[in-house]
Amino acid sequence: MNRIEKCFEELKAQNRKALITFITAGDPDMDTTEKTVLEMFDNGADIVELGVPFSDPIAEGVTIQKSSLRSLKNGTTLDKIFAAVDKIRSKTNKPLILMMYINTIFAYGTEKFFGVCKEKGIDGVIVPDMPYEERDEILPYAEKYGIININLVSPASKELIKTIAADSKGFLYCVSSNGVTGVRSEFSTNFDEFFGMIKVHASCPFCVGFGISSPEQAKRMSEYCDGVIVGSAVVRIMEEHGSAAPAEVGKFTKSLSAFKDTM
Amino acid sequence: MNKKGRFGEFGGQYVPETVMNAVAELEEAYNKYKDDADFQRELEELYRDYANRPSMLYYAEKMTKDLGGAKVYIKREDLNHTGSHKINNVLGQILLAKKMGKKRIIAETGAGQHGVATATVCALFGLECCVYMGEEDTKRQSLNVYRMELLGAKVVPVKSGTATLKDAINEAMRDWCTNIETTFYCIGSVMGPYPYPEMVRDFQKIIGKEIRRQLMEKEGKLPDCVVACVGGGSNAMGAFYDFVNEPTVKLVGAEAAGRGINTADTAATLSCGSVGIFHGMKSMFLQDEYGQIAPVYSISAGLDYPGIGPEHANLWKTGRAEYVPVTDEEAVCAFEYLSRIEGIIPAIESAHAVAAAIKLAAKMDKEQVLVINLSGRGDKDVYSIARYRGHNVENS
Repeated sequence: MNRIEKCFEELKAQNRKALITFITAGDPDMDTTEKTVLEMFDNGADIVELGVPFSDPIAEGVTIQKSSLRSLKNGTTLDKIFAAVDKIRSKTNKPLILMMYINTIFAYGTEKFFGVCKEKGIDGVIVPDMPYEERDEILPYAEKYGIININLVSPASKELIKTIAADSKGFLYCVSSNGVTGVRSEFSTNFDEFFGMIKVHASCPFCVGFGISSPEQAKRMSEYCDGVIVGSAVVRIMEEHGSAAPAEVGKFTKSLSAFKDTM
Repeated sequence: MNKKGRFGEFGGQYVPETVMNAVAELEEAYNKYKDDADFQRELEELYRDYANRPSMLYYAEKMTKDLGGAKVYIKREDLNHTGSHKINNVLGQILLAKKMGKKRIIAETGAGQHGVATATVCALFGLECCVYMGEEDTKRQSLNVYRMELLGAKVVPVKSGTATLKDAINEAMRDWCTNIETTFYCIGSVMGPYPYPEMVRDFQKIIGKEIRRQLMEKEGKLPDCVVACVGGGSNAMGAFYDFVNEPTVKLVGAEAAGRGINTADTAATLSCGSVGIFHGMKSMFLQDEYGQIAPVYSISAGLDYPGIGPEHANLWKTGRAEYVPVTDEEAVCAFEYLSRIEGIIPAIESAHAVAAAIKLAAKMDKEQVLVINLSGRGDKDVYSIARYRGHNVENS
């Protein structure tokens, strides 16, 4: 069984919800990335998303755009990220997901990419510029190597939500409100309606992300679904503390994970 | 594989799921109106009474004599209202947006020609308009920034990445994701997710249709060669489309080679690029081995783009059209040449087509006909060309 599916099964058995955290790989360097990932796992993260930096991240807000740029300036490549994943895998068996743009997979060679993912112990991919409608670009290869393609839905998906939710694996990534990644002070989405529809149709656990930055928000949002994804807020700590960030991110992760114990 | 909106292997709809519904709505609206007699009549009236169509097909007699080869005709898209072919597409898209009940229009612009056309039509239709423009381009084309503001548009300088056209598109796409319920994205070229490449081409194909009719009146034949500049490729697609199924008509696109295709300072996508997926489409892109989009360069802000529309990629791959690189220096020489010999100052974008045509026409027979699609006028470029030549003129 894929580590993501196993993770949600275990959480369900314990009646707990998932905390998923994100950092951009190679920001500020790969050593810090390795340390930060392990800190996050040690402090309550169930799944970690590693962002593969792309020159033109159209689905990202300013925080992740800037971290991608910092990482690329340091010479980060997909091969260097795979090498780091190798090291991380020797120390943890928790699920790791790559968040990346479709051109990065395509340029690497789609089949070769998923082959290496399997070899290095990557469990899933999130491709924000590949909609469900174009999933066949990667799905046959992802399935061949047992890597889960995480689907996304947003409030603007409207009727498409039903189709996408019913055909998802691992977990369904629910975008909290229309727009790019980044901190939001408030949400305009009608959550009861949005998650109500998802709940009826979802073929797997569903988690919410985009704009969740505080333990309070994480707790509130976790009530609607099976897990909470926090990205930009972690990346801001990386930006502020650089190579001293792992300990700070660990503390922040711990504070976020409070919601998991109050079920 | 989603086969919708493909040109051979190219095209598709590679955008965030958030905008897929909007793309589907647009597709539905476009399919409804493209064959709607009232919509087409309204659009034809706007083309004629507002945009000054049909644009003239001018016989460049002095240029023909000077080159000593094919008869050279110039399709004067530079004489359209707002000074370029961009108005054709914008009138079509904004008329469609109006039918769809959208209140806010966003657009990207490189040289500013598409931005100016969008701001103009938004003023005409009374719609809110926001134009994203790379900060670098706002400096190169400051006059066009003021022009857009004069027309009531908000111009947002984009500082991210290389601060040029591709970054303006990135930022427009981010805006679109955020304001998807109210906003219509008026894309300026034959690029982006389906249905844009097809829709923009359909709004531009009037160029080729007019060339066919006008040349039939003047020469009683089809052109032997049609030449146009290619960034994203909208004026070229518009000029080519009516002739794609006429095998005797040679189609030539002029790409911006910048400082040369053997340098890093180039924007010649087909000469130097590879297949990739970006900005909503599978097409040809300038990129590194890891798929990072390359910073590109051209003296022309409108051709300074690392990709090309998917239909062009397919015309290139199948060999139906030919694409040639034209350097800054060649384009500037052609800019000066056309100004002096015919009294027509072309846009620096269009000067790339003139440069390619000069080479081609000289090698053709005297009874053959070559048509240059002169996509825009060059007033906006005079200052930067003067600076390129080392002349000290004030930008005021």
